[in-house]
Amino acid sequence: MKNDLLFDFTVDKATKTVSITREFDADLSLVWDAYTKQEILDQWWAPKPWESRTKVMNFEVGGHRFYAMVGPEGQEHWSVQKYNSITPKTNFKMLNAFADEHENLQLPGSEWDLNFSEENGKTKVNISIYNESLERLEQMIEMGFKEGFTMTLNSLDELLETLK
Amino acid sequence: MRRDVFQAIADPTRRAIITLIALQAMTPNTVAEHFDITRQAVSKHLRILTESNLVKQEYKGREIYYSLEIEKMKEIDQWLNQFRAIWETRFNQLDHVLSTIKKQKI
Repeated sequence: MKNDLLFDFTVDKATKTVSITREFDADLSLVWDAYTKQEILDQWWAPKPWESRTKVMNFEVGGHRFYAMVGPEGQEHWSVQKYNSITPKTNFKMLNAFADEHENLQLPGSEWDLNFSEENGKTKVNISIYNESLERLEQMIEMGFKEGFTMTLNSLDELLETLK
Repeated sequence: MRRDVFQAIADPTRRAIITLIALQAMTPNTVAEHFDITRQAVSKHLRILTESNLVKQEYKGREIYYSLEIEKMKEIDQWLNQFRAIWETRFNQLDHVLSTIKKQKI
């Protein structure tokens, strides 16, 4: 599905931050629900053919989500998200860490800061992910997601745009 | 000394140098002609790029030519594209979920 919705993805090595901005053709409360309610989140969080399965989720300050990315061969990669701050329909911050199936965290994780805003019926979400190390990002990719993707090599110019 | 490639391409001048020598191998003097910075500064950038294996040196007579290590650039490209692709897929799925929910509400 091609659309003209804004999508911006940058990796800033200096600040160890990945910044992702995306617009959605829906109002703010719906988009907020999609990010904060388990039943909707599980429908889109895992890139197919992977599936997101949330075991526990209490979306409140001090609460957490314990979930697995389940692969086509049944592989499970567990993660925990701890909610550190929530401003309804505006912002929430969480710590994201890989875990084992018994909820033992593999630290350091990454710090996520998600901002939501609505304009002309469209909702913009900006996600900024701070990682102590880029190795961790590599780990995220190596976990097996690549199976689901067709790889395309973009031109050098496009690559450089991404890194600006 | 080995350097991190992401650090190497974090600098705008170095990115411009990469784009320039992607077209053809160049001597430091030729590279410097394209920039408003000193020859020393250009040499320093070229050294960092060489140390991160993004650029290779070749001696032709008394001149050193710098050219791009295409394979190394592709590595970074692939790495970033994979990460970007995860989010693209995720968001496309969310678009679909959102439009389904909107239809149900009507």
